[in-house]
Amino acid sequence: MSRKLASWDTAIILLTVLVLIIASLAVDNFGTSRNFTFMVLDLLPIILVALPMTFIIVTGEIDLSVASTLGLTSSLMGWFWNHGLSIETIIPLCIVIGAVAGAFNGFLITGLGLPSLAVTIGTLALYRGLALVVLGDSAVADFPFNYTGWVTGTLSWLPWLDGAVPNVLILIVVLALIFGVILHATPIGRSLYAIGANAQAAHFAGIRVARTKFWLYVVSGAVAGLVGVLWTLRYSSARADNGAGLELAVVAAVLLGGVSIFGGKGSLPGVLAGVVLLTALQNALRLEDVSGQALNIVTGALLVLSVLLPNVISSIRGNWQRRKLRQSAAS
Amino acid sequence: MSRHRLAAVFTATLLVAAGCGGTTKDNQSSSTDTQTSAAADPNAKLKEGLKIAYLPKQLNNPYSDVETSGGEEAVKELKGEYKKVGPNDASASSQVSYINTLIQQQQDVIVVAANDPNAVCPSLNQARAAKIKVVTFDSDANKTCRDAFINQATTEGIGQSLAKMALEQAGGSGDIAVLSATPNATNQNAWIEVMKTELAKPEYSKLKLVKIAYGNDDDQKSFQEAQGLLQSYPNLKVIVAPTTVGIAAAARYISSSSYKGKVQVTGLGLPNQMRQYVKDGTVKKFALWNPADIGYLAAYAGAALASGQITGAEGDKFTAGKLGPYTIGKDGEIVLGPPTEFTTDNIDKFNF
Repeated sequence: MSRKLASWDTAIILLTVLVLIIASLAVDNFGTSRNFTFMVLDLLPIILVALPMTFIIVTGEIDLSVASTLGLTSSLMGWFWNHGLSIETIIPLCIVIGAVAGAFNGFLITGLGLPSLAVTIGTLALYRGLALVVLGDSAVADFPFNYTGWVTGTLSWLPWLDGAVPNVLILIVVLALIFGVILHATPIGRSLYAIGANAQAAHFAGIRVARTKFWLYVVSGAVAGLVGVLWTLRYSSARADNGAGLELAVVAAVLLGGVSIFGGKGSLPGVLAGVVLLTALQNALRLEDVSGQALNIVTGALLVLSVLLPNVISSIRGNWQRRKLRQSAAS
Repeated sequence: MSRHRLAAVFTATLLVAAGCGGTTKDNQSSSTDTQTSAAADPNAKLKEGLKIAYLPKQLNNPYSDVETSGGEEAVKELKGEYKKVGPNDASASSQVSYINTLIQQQQDVIVVAANDPNAVCPSLNQARAAKIKVVTFDSDANKTCRDAFINQATTEGIGQSLAKMALEQAGGSGDIAVLSATPNATNQNAWIEVMKTELAKPEYSKLKLVKIAYGNDDDQKSFQEAQGLLQSYPNLKVIVAPTTVGIAAAARYISSSSYKGKVQVTGLGLPNQMRQYVKDGTVKKFALWNPADIGYLAAYAGAALASGQITGAEGDKFTAGKLGPYTIGKDGEIVLGPPTEFTTDNIDKFNF
């Protein structure tokens, strides 16, 4: 199987670089180290959740419950903290709870063979509801500063960078590398594309389709749990409504990054570029005082284009190739 | 094959997150940040060209639009640059991105109604570290992360205003009744307590509070309670309703009954709900804080902070344009003042 980047991924990466360059030159205060930190913090939840989401969409499935899993772990984090558990216990516990929430999705989808769209829309409501049961309308805010400060802070052991590298960037880079290597350089990654291209063929080729998908949902839940923790610490506020609507931003970024919603196609570098593109564009437009409504229009239009353009391009290319074939047949 | 690797990745993630030691709610050292600020210079002139940005809870809310319109007026008077930004949803975290943007734009003052008193804190403190003054209105942020808070009304101010309006409209003597919200509504009970203290004063001696009825902030129940009050107390002169639901229901009942013109309705109400009853003569006067003044006062407080006239410390004094002089209270609170009274003369100037 050919593993080179599809053309849309390359286009989106180039477009992202272009937007970053133009924004740095044309938008006041965009290209500063502080704004860089703000941007990294804004894209942190989207990019981390997008990593397992890419895997899932590549296999032709979807997980819409991630933001609610985030809200649930955020609520539980506040509840545990109020009940005297140490933060060092709470953080791994929240990740495990996220994984359990993901395993429940995985069981319904692979064990009972239910469609992932329906299942995760259901658990989207279910997990958010549980989050509200845990914490109600209240918020828990008194998390220890050495943790909240770490999430919003910058690396201090690099004085020559003068606080330009946010601590969480390391987490993003490490996780992106792990996910990237798995997807693009291991048999597991190749099996994901095979499942997405044709699950039945993959099954006959000896790939354990159901088991692979199950574990993808577990990982997705665990990462959502981790992001629930990071979100809570970033805003020093554990609330049931944390992260509401994040799943759409994530799916949007993944699709913008060139992953096919039908599975089998896409690359992680493209997804990373998609996330950066959306975040940078929003940041730059806000700095230019573009209103929230207009921001939604821009990101919405971009998303429609990202689905439309590759189709148009491939159909044009298809026509052209067919004509070439006909010509060579005629001559 | 995939199972073990994925499990390994998962465990690795766990290990990264799990540290050692143990910080719990009880043993963490509380970090209180004490902002050291320069001394106030009361004679400092208000700077011109200040960039003052408003960040309401969310955009397109009629009430907060009135508040920020007052801010716009004040910023114009101050010859500053007015700006209003905000999220489309009133979520806790969406304001933070806007605060960050305002920091990058190097605004001089951020006037914010916090969706979550703590979630906005780190960003607001970053703003203050960047020499931006932070004024909160409507709903306060944690007091460690703002310079001043515009409090729309005090309990005393409202209670006294209710008693005064009752006295005026009863013509100095007679029976009055209160139509409140629920029996355990915190705000209403506090106001009624202040009102009772006022009524004990000599100038109120001819006024008699005969009954406190509860309409549970339900339109129909309030309507029935108003009806019941007049059946039980035919000599009633004034119904005081310190709730927007109660006053509207009582006014609707009176305006359609034979008591119209004989029994007065007053209290706390919204001009848009009360307009028709003021026009048809059922209601002569009612009160509420003026949201536009909240935004107006916030702009002047922000300008005074940014010009070094005040630091937000208790006792600092400044003048807020047409609203006059203000003194900063405990914890940086600035009280707007007595509520605005609405009558047939001025009600058409208000739209909220």
